[in-house]
Amino acid sequence: MDTSKVANSNTTTAATPAKPSRAAAAATWADERLGIASMAKKNLRKVFPDHWSFMLGEIALWSFVVLLLTGVFLTLWFTPSMGEVQYNGTYEQLRGVHMSEAFASTLRISFDVRGGLLMRQMHHWAAMLFVASMMVHLLRVFFTGAYRKPRELNWVIGSLLLLLGTLEGFTGYSLPDDLLSGTGIRAADGFIKASPVVGTYMSFFLFGGEFPGESIIPRLYTIHVLLIPGLLLALIAAHMLLLVYHKHTQWPGPGRTEKNVVGFPMLPVYAAKAGGFFFIVFGVTALLGGLLSINPVWKYGPYDPSKVTAGSQPDWYMGWPDGALRIMPGLETHIWGYTISWNVMLPILVLPLLMFTILMLLPFIDAWITGDKREHHLLERPRNAPTRTALMVALMTMYGLFWIAGGNDIIAIKLHSSINQITYFLRMAVFVGPVIAFLITRRWCIALQRKDNETLLHGYETGIIMRSPEGGYTERHLPLPESRAYTLTARERDPSINGGPEGTDANGIPAPDAGRLAGFRHRVRTLWYADNVQKPTVAELEEGHHHAEHEHELQEGVEGHAADGHQFDGHHLVEDETLGRH
Amino acid sequence: MIIAGLLLTGGIFTAVVNTTAQADSTSSNEELVAQGRDLFLVSCSFCHGQNGEGIRSENGNQIGPPLVGVGAAAVDFQVGTGRMPLAQPGAQDQVKPVAFDDDEIAALAAYVASLGPGPAIPDESDYSIEGLSDKEREAAISRGGQIFLTNCTACHNFQGSGGAMPHGGKAPSLSETSPRHIYEAMLTGPGQMDSFSNGNLSPDEKRDVIAYLVSLRDMPEYGGFGLGGLGPVVEGLAAWLVGLGLLVGAAVWIAAHTTRTSKKKVDA
Amino acid sequence: MSTPPPVDSHDEPVDENLPARDDLFANPGLHEHQWRPTDVDPKAEKRAERQVAALFSLSAICTVLLLVSYFTIDSDDTVGNLGAQNVAFGLCLAGALLGIGIGIIQWARKLMADVEIVEYRHPASSSDEDRAATIQALNDGLEESGIGRRPLVRNSLLGAVGLLGLPAIVFLRDLGPTNAQVTENPPFPGSGLEHTLWEKGMRVVRDVVGTPIKPAEVEVGDLFNAEPEALFNGGEDGEPLEGVALQVGKSKGAVVLIRMEPDEIIPGKGRENWSVEGIVCYSKICTHVGCPISLNERKTHHLLCPCHQSTFDLADSGRVIFGPAARPLPQLALAVDDEGYLVAQSDFNEPVGPSFWERG
Repeated sequence: MDTSKVANSNTTTAATPAKPSRAAAAATWADERLGIASMAKKNLRKVFPDHWSFMLGEIALWSFVVLLLTGVFLTLWFTPSMGEVQYNGTYEQLRGVHMSEAFASTLRISFDVRGGLLMRQMHHWAAMLFVASMMVHLLRVFFTGAYRKPRELNWVIGSLLLLLGTLEGFTGYSLPDDLLSGTGIRAADGFIKASPVVGTYMSFFLFGGEFPGESIIPRLYTIHVLLIPGLLLALIAAHMLLLVYHKHTQWPGPGRTEKNVVGFPMLPVYAAKAGGFFFIVFGVTALLGGLLSINPVWKYGPYDPSKVTAGSQPDWYMGWPDGALRIMPGLETHIWGYTISWNVMLPILVLPLLMFTILMLLPFIDAWITGDKREHHLLERPRNAPTRTALMVALMTMYGLFWIAGGNDIIAIKLHSSINQITYFLRMAVFVGPVIAFLITRRWCIALQRKDNETLLHGYETGIIMRSPEGGYTERHLPLPESRAYTLTARERDPSINGGPEGTDANGIPAPDAGRLAGFRHRVRTLWYADNVQKPTVAELEEGHHHAEHEHELQEGVEGHAADGHQFDGHHLVEDETLGRH
Repeated sequence: MIIAGLLLTGGIFTAVVNTTAQADSTSSNEELVAQGRDLFLVSCSFCHGQNGEGIRSENGNQIGPPLVGVGAAAVDFQVGTGRMPLAQPGAQDQVKPVAFDDDEIAALAAYVASLGPGPAIPDESDYSIEGLSDKEREAAISRGGQIFLTNCTACHNFQGSGGAMPHGGKAPSLSETSPRHIYEAMLTGPGQMDSFSNGNLSPDEKRDVIAYLVSLRDMPEYGGFGLGGLGPVVEGLAAWLVGLGLLVGAAVWIAAHTTRTSKKKVDA
Repeated sequence: MSTPPPVDSHDEPVDENLPARDDLFANPGLHEHQWRPTDVDPKAEKRAERQVAALFSLSAICTVLLLVSYFTIDSDDTVGNLGAQNVAFGLCLAGALLGIGIGIIQWARKLMADVEIVEYRHPASSSDEDRAATIQALNDGLEESGIGRRPLVRNSLLGAVGLLGLPAIVFLRDLGPTNAQVTENPPFPGSGLEHTLWEKGMRVVRDVVGTPIKPAEVEVGDLFNAEPEALFNGGEDGEPLEGVALQVGKSKGAVVLIRMEPDEIIPGKGRENWSVEGIVCYSKICTHVGCPISLNERKTHHLLCPCHQSTFDLADSGRVIFGPAARPLPQLALAVDDEGYLVAQSDFNEPVGPSFWERG
């Protein structure tokens, strides 16, 4: 394609190669010292496909930048110390109350530093958005199959980012040392003590002695502003580098294949869109911080181990293990003079680790089941991988139910129901709900696949009702436009799994080295693909078209002249035409 | 049977309201007690007994508790917030439109107080910090806050927004409750609430709690709209629905195709 | 209708179960580019230019307003019921940022070239020659080092490096004393997980104000949030405790005191004389993960934890009747001292708060 015209299209003074521009001069200066031209050559016009769902991860990236900016501002005034002081600041309701320096400096940021409250609230909102957008991004990647080879490692890095982001959030909202977060730290102390064998030691080392001690806030501060942000930065850099190296995935469509990537160049369009999006994320965070109150610590007051408030909850991303903790029955084992607290250990130590491990392993589990070792750069629609889609929906359902459990007291007062009954219901629902969600989603996906095939074979519904001389009514179907039909069929067939387990010969005799695992894998693979609908075969397509033409002729024979129906779908203009006279 | 009785009392009660509405507000205490007794017999005795001794059903369930010794404060709270008379015996008394006017409530209170000694209706000077100096007021509010956070927030939440209790019960929101009713509630422990008698929280401490709550009401929402004062659950919901909603909307807009034209470009 | 050869042509082995990718329709190729009104209509182009510039100007105005409001709005000012400073700063900053963001994106959407371009992918792996060369270099290097041939060197190095991990852990030892050390060398009376500030004769006092309690002051239905008196006079020269000692003392010593009709109490075995005239005293620290609990239902004597909804029956030795807690709430045995005030008979006879491994 000749792009010279395009480059000149909208500017009144085109940059002509004859006269070196100022940018060119700067680039030359830099290259003579850094030698970056050979690297930049490939990347300045690097292509990024354009789709809204590809920008979800960008929300996470930009909220992280907002977090760094607002966070640095907050550190200028925050004192991470648990030293006891008497408050004599601006906020009247707490004057004379003894509190930690951490809490007093949080009050100072909120009431005496102009813009401090805004920065605090923006920091908190951005943290909530950071984790939320990482999760939405993760779902997009999973549902479209973008985690498949060669991107498995980037999935693992992304999962680690989610884990670290969650920990960063917890350490952050604990810093003000207010009543709510202090209650959270106290619960965390309970979790740690529930670890077998080392629990008590870990608790005493973390708190520098008995809870609450005077070390936990400074220690969390170091973790929050140094350790985890450093890890996050490094992992984000690796995540982005791999993204650039692999090039972005894209949706199938005309001209889009496994071997290319179609979209807008980094410079100028993608840079402008991404840069503009940064300002939008920053702006929306400012809007939230300016208008919606978040974590009003002055109302909670300083932490005091003998006080508590109704509605003591962690921030939303810690809500689901807290929910699991709420609905867990009270099991505890006493054996040989030791205590094993199943009621705390299982929901808060084992379950999140288990779920996180499963999450990280998903690409490898998928590859193991399907045996697919090829590279994939075209995305799959969720419906075309029914079992994978259903698996994630089941996990989401479980997450959502635990989440509901984490807010059971708020739900009880808002919906006028009993926390006891909500708890009993959820104890059962967290097991049954995901199974039901899995089955429904799977059948739903398969039904959508059928619908796609129906449209391919018999055309799409035009909304035109034809009446036959006998008085019967039928709806006119028309074949899909070529590009649409191509897009719908640009997917793979599932492997045929009619034969015996892998590692058996044609007669079903197992090969000597194929163990029980191969048989298991075969069974899982059979279930994985069971009932999936494949795209039509060439023969089916031809048969479908033949049928359509036949019908068309029939109608023509009756009416003398059949309307082709394209008057109403915008394929050609309808002026000067009527249905009858076509 | 109960329903029929309630309907009956309700009907009579309406008639009584009309006849007693013009009662002389300057009646002396004995007259007030007598008037209260009349009202009581019509509106309350079905559950609480002819002489406020309480009624138990055959299987021992309490239909209405005895009112001997609950004092005028309990009546003023229960009737004055519309909790009594109950629409039907249920899990928890609900705040409803008040069924009696001030004079009738005073009469009922006087009658119940005459059944046995109990806490009296507090005077405004008991729960107001008007008479204090600025410095004393500030100290009262901050001490009230600490007492509130120690004794009340566990059920009523840090801002008095209310919270959940076992088996569908709930601690009500305190945002609309008048200072007098808050004082009476502490004094008498309505429903499942513990009482905070004067031996528990001194009258001054009760006054300070109320002063703190009133100061919360008068305080501007420094950080913006308060989201109901319910804590992180609602904040999380807002982050997802408002924050992420806006940003995903922006992403859709950024990637959306702009309008196209069928015209061709003419320049060379 | 043709079936082109499979697109996949990388040299990795392809699982035989996987079919070739077959295209039912020939790839129609990229759509013909359609121009935008701003590409072909100079008026539309000018209009879009003005739009973008207007958005940037709006941003500049908001920035100026932000600076003005920084110096003019006082922290006490309000708009409606909202703090004026925060709202003004937030709205101006949002306007300034969104003006730039929306402006840039409008610029990209309307005015920048929007012809899609194609870039070709390469397999993630290096070329076979490169890989072979790398593996060769790796093998040469390893061979020359002799790491495979000299197990003594290799294993002693591995051992030495592995041992270096130990100091990394050991040097964290001084993060804190252990429970055993705290219990043996108490910096203040009653420390360690097994003990609290409570001891024989310690008065039960009201929280916040610290005044002692006489049984007659407790009415049936009252709930007292109480503390050991040592919090208020356990410091040097009878001063109140401060700092860590105060926080640790409170976190284990807080109790609730309620009075019920004596016949409502179902006394546990050996606890027959733990109540005084129907007054019972329990730890306020939940046995689940340690939240303070004081959501009491007066009529049923059920105490609920606001964190995870464990519910305890205070009329029945603090038995768990609902929720995730596994152990009953520890009860404090009460008595009355010479002056008629409520005191503890002893410390709790079991550790308060959440379970831990050594608890037994």
